[in-house]
Amino acid sequence: MEAGFSVLIGLFFAVGVYLMLSRHIVHILIGITILGNAVNMLIFTAGRLTREVPPVIPLELYVPAGPTANPLPQALVLTAIVISFSFFAFLLVLAFRTYQELGTDDVNEMRVAEPKGEALPPQGY
Amino acid sequence: MRSVIFRTFAPFITALMVLFSIFVLLRGHNEPGGGFIGGLVGASALAIYGISAGVGPARRALKAHPMSIAAFGLLLAAVSGVLSLFTGQAFMTSQWAAVEVFGVTVDLSTPLFFDIGVYLVVVGAIGSIALALEERESD
Amino acid sequence: MTPAAPDMTILAVLAPFAAAAIAPFAVRILKHNAAWPLALVPFLIFAHFAGFVSGVSQGQTFTVAREWVPAYGVNLSFYIDGLSTLFALLISGIGTFIILYAGGYLKGHPQQGRFLSFLFLFMGAMLGLVTADNLITLFIFWELTSITSFLLIGFDHLRAASRRAALQALLVTGGGGLALLAGFLLIIQITGEIEMSKVLASGDVLRGSALYLPVFLLVLGGAFTKSAQFPFHFWLPNAMEAPTPVSAFLHSATMVKAGVYLLMRVHPVLGGTDIWMTVLPLFGGVTLLVGTLLAVRQTDLKLMLAYTTVASLGLLVMLTGTSNEKALEGAVLYLFAHSLFKGALFMVAGTIDHEAGTRDVTKLGGLRKAMPITFAAAALAGLSMAGLPPFIGFIAKEVLYYGTWGLPQGAMLLTVVAVIGNALMLVIAAAVAIKPFFGPETHTPKHAHEGPVLLWAGPVVLSLTGLAAAMMAHTTGELFIGPMLSSLKGTPATVELHLIPGYISAPLILSIITVALGIVLFLQLDRLRGIIASILAAIGWGPDRGFDQVVAAIVWISAVVTRLLQGGKMQTYMVLTFAVTGIALLLPPYLTGSFPAIPEWPQFRFYEWAVIAIAVMGLGAVLVAKTRLTAIVSLGIQGFAVATLFLLFGAPDLSFTQFMIETLSVVVLALVMTRLNLSPRDHRPLGAKLVTGVVAASVGAGLALALMAVTQTPFDGRLSEFFSQYSRAIAHGRNIVNVIIVDFRGFDTLGEIAVVVLTGLAVLGLVRIQTKPDSGNAANKANKTAAKAARKPVEAR
Repeated sequence: MEAGFSVLIGLFFAVGVYLMLSRHIVHILIGITILGNAVNMLIFTAGRLTREVPPVIPLELYVPAGPTANPLPQALVLTAIVISFSFFAFLLVLAFRTYQELGTDDVNEMRVAEPKGEALPPQGY
Repeated sequence: MRSVIFRTFAPFITALMVLFSIFVLLRGHNEPGGGFIGGLVGASALAIYGISAGVGPARRALKAHPMSIAAFGLLLAAVSGVLSLFTGQAFMTSQWAAVEVFGVTVDLSTPLFFDIGVYLVVVGAIGSIALALEERESD
Repeated sequence: MTPAAPDMTILAVLAPFAAAAIAPFAVRILKHNAAWPLALVPFLIFAHFAGFVSGVSQGQTFTVAREWVPAYGVNLSFYIDGLSTLFALLISGIGTFIILYAGGYLKGHPQQGRFLSFLFLFMGAMLGLVTADNLITLFIFWELTSITSFLLIGFDHLRAASRRAALQALLVTGGGGLALLAGFLLIIQITGEIEMSKVLASGDVLRGSALYLPVFLLVLGGAFTKSAQFPFHFWLPNAMEAPTPVSAFLHSATMVKAGVYLLMRVHPVLGGTDIWMTVLPLFGGVTLLVGTLLAVRQTDLKLMLAYTTVASLGLLVMLTGTSNEKALEGAVLYLFAHSLFKGALFMVAGTIDHEAGTRDVTKLGGLRKAMPITFAAAALAGLSMAGLPPFIGFIAKEVLYYGTWGLPQGAMLLTVVAVIGNALMLVIAAAVAIKPFFGPETHTPKHAHEGPVLLWAGPVVLSLTGLAAAMMAHTTGELFIGPMLSSLKGTPATVELHLIPGYISAPLILSIITVALGIVLFLQLDRLRGIIASILAAIGWGPDRGFDQVVAAIVWISAVVTRLLQGGKMQTYMVLTFAVTGIALLLPPYLTGSFPAIPEWPQFRFYEWAVIAIAVMGLGAVLVAKTRLTAIVSLGIQGFAVATLFLLFGAPDLSFTQFMIETLSVVVLALVMTRLNLSPRDHRPLGAKLVTGVVAASVGAGLALALMAVTQTPFDGRLSEFFSQYSRAIAHGRNIVNVIIVDFRGFDTLGEIAVVVLTGLAVLGLVRIQTKPDSGNAANKANKTAAKAARKPVEAR
């Protein structure tokens, strides 16, 4: 099962990276979202897969009755999901504001910090 | 998006979602749920109310600024970790106390307050983001 | 002489640093007269070190140490023996007069306080350098002298020449300092000792070590750059851009001798080997000849002196390189003599410049009537430099001829080199100390007259000291030269000096030859100058121009590399980053053949297959979506599929969270994106499609294979097991995931919610910043004109 998931995750990564290599900021954003999903699933799968048994201890017991899903990657991924969303929102607003300020959604056209054809640094002392 | 049906039902949905979010938060320690999930439900409730009734009314209904709520949540979480210092234990060691309320024993603990802090942070911060984005839509 | 108090040495070394802090305030209150009280500091230091003389001359050594960085064995430790005592006396003694001289030389200069401050900083660093016992401490003081030298050369920072000279000195000596550090670290590793006094006892270990050659070369790299040996000599004449007190103090009497000091210091442990006795005399001899010849060509008083300083340093290195007792004695004597006469002559040159307004030797003449005291000092120092009796320079020359003449091998060659060098020094001595004062009076930019006492006190005292040291030759030898020679040899040595040679011997004849040759050359000075100038013009290239070319090349290369790596195209950065990621993921398993085993066909249930298929279709739809809305909805599809997968594999918490997040993402994306006038499709030319596709596929494949390999290894579940076992028992919670988040790993979570709050604040900030007050309304239409209007102020910057 893990192998099957690995292939699926690889596909997620490939699509995410492909979109991130776009010049258009919207596609980059979508790519980042997919990449986030891929990373979360990667952590989840690396902790091994168990079907349908959530890591919850039954009411009358003090330890889980049998093998359960691995709780540790779940805890890691849960917070990661929320944080990746808040970063996604930040990037979205950043992209929106950039578009408003620069009038373009093409990252190669955004050259305020690194203008085209900059002069060589000055020689001498 | 501002259909009559949506606008009519949105307040009820919001109320239900807020209630549900608190339920999810409190059951989190023993059943699936918790501060993060509850917080997201709460933030969604805010977003829905903002879309249906407008951002202004949503903000007024909230009384406090959502970021203040988030900041208070962060403070609560941090303080619940500090409490253990008074008993001479390491930072964030959990403290437990059983309180008798109307004949029912309620377990109060620092992780509970920590989880409430997480809830408030997520409601406040995510809700604030959602409202801010909606605001630009509606004006 | 007061009895020695070793414990005060730390205070003595630190005192100049305190004086550096006080100097600017003192100058603000007392103007240039602040030099008088400030000169007390080096004078007291002089008195302190003078207290060691009698003890050291009887063969005693002193060490004193305070812990500094005990974890690395770095101590503030000092070692007082003959070598360090004489150096410390020269630094503090000459320093006293330099401070006075600087008071007069920069009288009324707005930054005089700063200048004195820098001088004191240097003095402290130099004192630390020559007395430090700990190798690391020594290195720190060594670099401090480079830095203070940089500050002092660049003191007149409004002139480009000053800045260039300062940078040049810093790069050359600082670079050498790094080599020295490496050498020291090797020494520490080989001997296991970090204190110089203990390293000195392990000479056989060092000389026998396989790493002797690297240690030797690295230490040499430090010494040769600092002491301006050919081909690193070029920075020293350029350093004459500094005000004259600096030239007199740093670039003749003290700092440039740090390299020689180092060679003398390590001589007992590194010296005496074949390579030592080959490399040092070779480079020293070449430096001596090059230095004197270049000095003859100059007409600027300071530059002439600077090149003879280079030559003198060459002579010292050459003598140190012979490892012969008599030659070493000559080196010690010459070092002592040189500090005295060269310091004095530099101050004289500065005084002439200050009072007459020029220091071009062809424009000066007949100053002896206008400046009698300066003339007297110049004459005394010049005679010492020329090596004439009855001055210490004469004795030094006699001893060093005795040393070179008596060498077992290469005696003839080194003696000839020394004779030529000394003859040319005599020429310069005459040109600097005699010529400006004799002959017809010339018209100078300023009307020349005698300078104030602050200006002539230094030269007079230093040149008289040179005379006195020769008159009391026996005492000089016993108290100063002998102890220092003992340090060089590593075994006790006694020195007997006589001013009057007892009998006619080879050295005396050599001296006579030297003087005769010098006089002949002086009479032909103008022709000699012409010949050397035409030779140099024929060569046309020197290390000084080479330095410019190297610096220009560095700037050019860095510009080219920067443009290549940071062309301003985000896409290039991203493609590069991910291409490297893909290679890093795929190449190592390919090289080591550690790809995961081919897995068996996964046993998913049919509904699991269905969800996976939905996820894949969602991904595909995102890629081929023709409109924004389709893309956003497809994004939601893959997200919900992921959430479902979480649910199916025992993670209801995750699934729930993912559902909420995906919903919010889609809503937020739709809210923002529908308002932008964006190109709906991702147009890429075929080539770009291919490149990005291959890069993306390699990253995906690499990560898939890595994950497969990870999951094929045995699972270590100790941590998860711990959480499962104790979730209820310790933390009273049945939902293990939640317990981990709020309890077991609560500190993590605290950090994470802080991040969430921060991003919330950042989003609010971004939304609120408006370049135009009404752009909120304009943006609603999201048309390009509004955006362009907002764009102008950005581009105008």
